[in-house]
Amino acid sequence: MAYTIKVNMVDHSVDVDGDTALLWVLRDVLGMTGTKFGCGKALCGACTVLINDIATRSCIVTIDSVGTAAITTIEAIGNTPSGKKIQKAWLDLEVVQCGYCQSGQIMAASALLASKPNPRDADIDDAMAGIICRCGTYVRIREAIKHAAQSAGTNEQRG
Amino acid sequence: MFPDRLGSSAADGAAEASRECNLSRRTFLAVGAAAGGGLLLSVSLPALSCNAKAADVSTFAPNAFVRIGRDGGVTLMMHKVEMGQGTYTSMPMLLAEELEVDLSQVRLEHAPPSDDLYAEPLFGVQETGGSTSVRGNWELLRHAGATARSLLVAAAAQSWTVDENSCHAARGEVIHGPTGRRLSYGALVDKAAALPLPRKVQLKDPKDFKLIGTPAKRLDAPDKVNGTAQFGIDVKVPGMKVATVAACPVFGGKLASVDDSKAKAIKGVHQIVRLNDAVAVVADHMWAAKQGLAALDIRWDEGPNAKLSTADIVQQLAAASQRPGVVARREGDPAKAMASATQKVEAVYEVPFLAHATMEPVNCTVHVRPDSCDIWVGTQVPTFAQTAAAKLTGLPPERVRVHNHLLGGGFGRRLEVDFIVRAVEIAKQVAGPVKVVWTREEDIQHDMYRPYYYDRIAAGLDEHGKPIAWTHRITGSSIMARVTSELFPKTLRVMRAAGLHNLIAMVRGLDVDAVDGAAEPPYALPNIRVEYVRQEPPGIPTAFWRGVGPTHNIFVVESFIDELAVAAKQDPFEYRRALLDKSLRAKAVLELAAEQAGWGKPLPPRSGRGIALLHAFGETYIAEVAEVSVSKEGDVRVQRVVCAVDCGTIVNPDTVKAQMESGIIFGITAALFGEITIKDGRVEQGNFDDYQMLRINEAPSIDVHLVKSTEAPGGVGEPGTSAVIPAVANAIFAATGKRVRKLPIDSAQLRELQ
Repeated sequence: MAYTIKVNMVDHSVDVDGDTALLWVLRDVLGMTGTKFGCGKALCGACTVLINDIATRSCIVTIDSVGTAAITTIEAIGNTPSGKKIQKAWLDLEVVQCGYCQSGQIMAASALLASKPNPRDADIDDAMAGIICRCGTYVRIREAIKHAAQSAGTNEQRG
Repeated sequence: MFPDRLGSSAADGAAEASRECNLSRRTFLAVGAAAGGGLLLSVSLPALSCNAKAADVSTFAPNAFVRIGRDGGVTLMMHKVEMGQGTYTSMPMLLAEELEVDLSQVRLEHAPPSDDLYAEPLFGVQETGGSTSVRGNWELLRHAGATARSLLVAAAAQSWTVDENSCHAARGEVIHGPTGRRLSYGALVDKAAALPLPRKVQLKDPKDFKLIGTPAKRLDAPDKVNGTAQFGIDVKVPGMKVATVAACPVFGGKLASVDDSKAKAIKGVHQIVRLNDAVAVVADHMWAAKQGLAALDIRWDEGPNAKLSTADIVQQLAAASQRPGVVARREGDPAKAMASATQKVEAVYEVPFLAHATMEPVNCTVHVRPDSCDIWVGTQVPTFAQTAAAKLTGLPPERVRVHNHLLGGGFGRRLEVDFIVRAVEIAKQVAGPVKVVWTREEDIQHDMYRPYYYDRIAAGLDEHGKPIAWTHRITGSSIMARVTSELFPKTLRVMRAAGLHNLIAMVRGLDVDAVDGAAEPPYALPNIRVEYVRQEPPGIPTAFWRGVGPTHNIFVVESFIDELAVAAKQDPFEYRRALLDKSLRAKAVLELAAEQAGWGKPLPPRSGRGIALLHAFGETYIAEVAEVSVSKEGDVRVQRVVCAVDCGTIVNPDTVKAQMESGIIFGITAALFGEITIKDGRVEQGNFDDYQMLRINEAPSIDVHLVKSTEAPGGVGEPGTSAVIPAVANAIFAATGKRVRKLPIDSAQLRELQ
């Protein structure tokens, strides 16, 4: 069956079974490989995307449940204010190692920053504990989120 | 700078060039293997510039690592793979330092498979592993950069008809000092390509380094934060199908029969591939392939291991550990010294099977044609991939092209080619290219595992508590024996690189990896005997895992030294310190870590500090202090880790720091959670719910302190992992009085008794 989904502000029509996970529609049907496969069971968070600005594990979201919701992926998160700050903080603090989980980390961190401009450690734990980094970049992820929040605060004061 | 442009077409050109001319023009570099080693290895650096077909004539390629175009574009060939360890920054730093270009000017390309061009000097074959990249290529790559620079300077001097010595290179230009004239590298390409290779080039004096020693930014980072980085799993080839595979869940079992009628009815499913011990479903996309696999009615012939359990394996190991092993080290008379000891301490230590669980599940894309084969994959061993595919397809190796990619984690998993072999087996039955992607469950249940080791260790102490006898018998699978048996046709290369000492060890049946970290502890241990007993677990494939031999042995040795300190009624830090008078670098990192950690300062109840020391991976010395708290229920929380590192000369201090942070988290995961168990011949774990990873809310704070040094570089990718496990175990002892002799840590045994 054909479904039309909105990814990064663009409508895409795809012809797949209704139970197909959004992850595989993004990766294998639309060729948007920035979103990663890690576990298939919402245990690792590598596949995190935003659906209506909420960090969501795309490996367990079926295509027939998406409807007209706005899907944002790593390919476009830099167009959002919080995503841009998070990406910059990730580079400033040299967070990445192998990089495979970082799409998911950045999506979750961007959603966190958008909803909580000054996250506390407990907020960071809540938002980020679902995303495994096998390279162990956690220390830097935490610092980078705080770094991005500080830059966000500065901007707000300026504005 | 390097995303999807990275790799294939140009790399293929280079491969072609290497085949056609690698014997016609080559220079041999004598490279000292390691500090104090004295061993000189001959490393060939065949030039590509002789071959007009290597891209185009306007490219200056004085060796296999550097190519400069007329436009001044500098391409550096990455013969090591990037799996997070920062090698795609450190290798360019070595080249760029001597080539005199800015890192912002360079473009990186994955090197094609070639043992002739790209062998790791320490292994003899093209391989990324064992924390060897910097220590193995430290001089080789600087030499490659310096050779190119020297030719460009000579070309400029010729253009100006001036003395070469009046010219110097900087930021991609050659400058004539007296007149200030400048020529860009691009403008010198044609002239430089025609010059003979210099007989000798001068490497920079380390005091003149501009790049080496600085925290240069990772070159792979920008693409990894915007989703454009291409891992093997991200490959897109026109006409490509996607497949997923189920292997017989019991090791050594076979496929008996499969009913695929329901699977074929699923939308998007194209084909069911039957193999001797596996089934794969080929589809339009992974979801359809997964659904197809789930719809198959498969019957397995479970074979001889159908009843195998972890308990059987441990029983076999325990029995084998009763017999004498191959001696790895023997000094003095341990039996006599033991008999005269005031106190004797003995223990059995056990470490479990471990899966690698790279975040990118194993995958491989293959297109088999009658006359050629293309493989798109992330691999630590591209030439092994090529050899294996050639064997399976019957094609000559040069007809197998391996397009390497970024690795979504390696940790030793991608040193193996089992998954590449599997993908080629599947692709042989598929028309057109097919990407084979393992589910997480298949990835964990059909990994090749860090062996289960069973160690008997004992020491005799004199009246002052000092060790006067030390015996350590390690029993477990020999990864080296398997790897050695699979080397053909690379056997000679590897043997040559391994050196006589390792060769003799191998012939004697000694697995030098299995005893690495145990045979040569840094402490003064008179009367020592270290032995190895080989005992293979039936059916369970074993392989290297981050930290290799030392990850197992440093846990045992450093835990046991802690036991001796307790027996001697001495502080664990002071006890170690007193045994390090002949290993000053080890002593210095131990002292630094203790000082920075506030060793000896009081902690709340059920909290404790543990210390551990490591000397491995060449000349790397690490000491780590872990601070843990243990809840009344027995749950362990690692609060803080302080790590002091002396890894000799540092190429990129931020990378070293990052590797320590990384290794520490990886090691804590192993200490607290890591365990693969076998029941009915099957791996019991399958995903991140039952094979757990440390998460951000459980991560400690980590302080890394680097020691400044001008010694030769040591490895940094793995030691952080090896040292943290005993540091945590020793901290648990300090917090609870319970000694951890078996991993993973069992919280049930740490509960406070009511």
